Amino acid sequence: MTTPQLNEWDPEALDTDEMILQMGPQHPATHGVLRVELRTDGEIVKAARPHIGYLHRCFEKHSENVDYAGVMPYADRMDYCASMGNTLGFALAVEKLHAIQVSPYVDTLRVVMAELQRIASHAVAVGTYSMDIGAFTPFLHLLRDREKILDLFEWTCGARLLYNYNWVGGVSHDLPEGFIRATRDLLREFDSVTYPELLDLIIHNRIFVRRLSHVGVCSPELAISYDLTGPNLRGSGMARDLRKDSPYCGYENYAFDVCVGKGQYGPLGSCYDRNWVRVAEMQESSKILHQALDRLEKMEKADVHEKVPKRVKPPKGEVYVRSEAPRGQLGYYVVSDGNLSPYRVKVKSPCFTAMSVFHHLAKGMMIADIIALIGSFDIVLGEIDR
Amino acid sequence: MDAKAIHEALVAKFGERITGAGLEAASPFAVVAPDAIADVAAFCKADPALAFDNLMCLSGVDYPKEAPPRMEVVYHLYSYTHFHTFALKVHLPRENPAVPTVERTWGVANWHEREAWDLFGIAFTGHSDPRRILLPDDWEGHPLRKDWQDPDYYNGLHVKPTQQMMERALAGEAIGVGPFDFTPDNAHAVKP
Repeated sequence: MTTPQLNEWDPEALDTDEMILQMGPQHPATHGVLRVELRTDGEIVKAARPHIGYLHRCFEKHSENVDYAGVMPYADRMDYCASMGNTLGFALAVEKLHAIQVSPYVDTLRVVMAELQRIASHAVAVGTYSMDIGAFTPFLHLLRDREKILDLFEWTCGARLLYNYNWVGGVSHDLPEGFIRATRDLLREFDSVTYPELLDLIIHNRIFVRRLSHVGVCSPELAISYDLTGPNLRGSGMARDLRKDSPYCGYENYAFDVCVGKGQYGPLGSCYDRNWVRVAEMQESSKILHQALDRLEKMEKADVHEKVPKRVKPPKGEVYVRSEAPRGQLGYYVVSDGNLSPYRVKVKSPCFTAMSVFHHLAKGMMIADIIALIGSFDIVLGEIDR
Repeated sequence: MDAKAIHEALVAKFGERITGAGLEAASPFAVVAPDAIADVAAFCKADPALAFDNLMCLSGVDYPKEAPPRMEVVYHLYSYTHFHTFALKVHLPRENPAVPTVERTWGVANWHEREAWDLFGIAFTGHSDPRRILLPDDWEGHPLRKDWQDPDYYNGLHVKPTQQMMERALAGEAIGVGPFDFTPDNAHAVKP
């Protein structure tokens, strides 16, 4: 495969009015180390191409050289805003290979952690997004609320960001004494104060709505072709959520709604819809958490290490397992050759596929809207580059 | 449709170009002849009974120890209409593997195929933008191949300490090697 020079990016091929603008890699609004090359005519973007890989840390190569338990900390570091989701996906994949069925107690713990993580992750997403487009206050409010969730995580497993909490066959720590009450307090505050405040402050804010409701419109067909998942897909009006469509961890036992963009202020699938979905999902997560905590209170405590194998050594085989991480469907393709370390691990990152549709949507935009578009996908470069 | 029915539908349409299957596997798959993959992909998406409108994942895998040694490209498909999943596999030789692109069928394949080229050296013929994606453009080799050796040099910089350097470092000399500094304190941690 040769590498032909693409004509449209050749400086010689530019029109006299056009120029090539490099946005990034050190740009505060690209959510990490991302470089976007823009071919612009004045303020209009004629073409865009993202360059990724600045944060490539060879996750897949590392995984082939450590044992299964050793993959977990690396998996944590992919999407550092939502580590619980990353390790959960890998644990589910290896458990499927290994034919381990964890107890309902562990499943419920995982749901609690995953949903708390979803609220925390969406708080960062919406907070940083509002900062991207010029509103600084919501960022502070949301980070404050996220901090309380991180405190709960720290209390449970000692880490605030990179937890190594989900293990193959279990979780690392049982809940500490008083965790359920503390979480209930947090949820009560979230439902009655934080969430309404968030709606007033940003989501129903007239400036926010009018800034975004006509920007970055992604049709459902385009979204599916480019494998947009999670809030990005639901923002385009597709009510598809893995927690409903192919439940894992007992999600079928919880009553919650799949939040779908409605396009109430503009075309369906705009940057506004994607953010609206995220905010609405925070409340659904809160609903799930209430039910999960009820369940935990009634449930007898079980040993969270009960099913953790002494040596994780799955039989020869391969499996592809998806889970609904905060940023979309996170897929792990794990091939085992019957040894102590995986033969091959491939991660399908939801941010990677979201970024691959970027050039389609960016065409014809204003430069200032590029920032709004990047942020609306809620990308984390650590997960794109792995 | 279950995996068996999907496999039957593919065999009925493509006959011998479906060269194998693993329907009992945890993620069932069919093996497709490399030159047929673009057609099979288009059929999988267009056929209303299959309706695989979503390519969930595209992975390269290297099997140098199998007989015969091979590279695999694995396509994990999902249907948003019928909620079924299936996988297609293509077996390629390890020397100059090449397979037609499926990016005309699923847009997301563009980046996945670039990644497979970058890390495995699998060429996707007809690809619209065959550049590296994760590694730098001037990188040599494809690191996820099983026979990959770490390079000694990158861009003229020595990135791997030699035995001699290690000995000097262990003897107490501070040596700058490429972007790293090896000192007696950390030399033992870095294998030559």
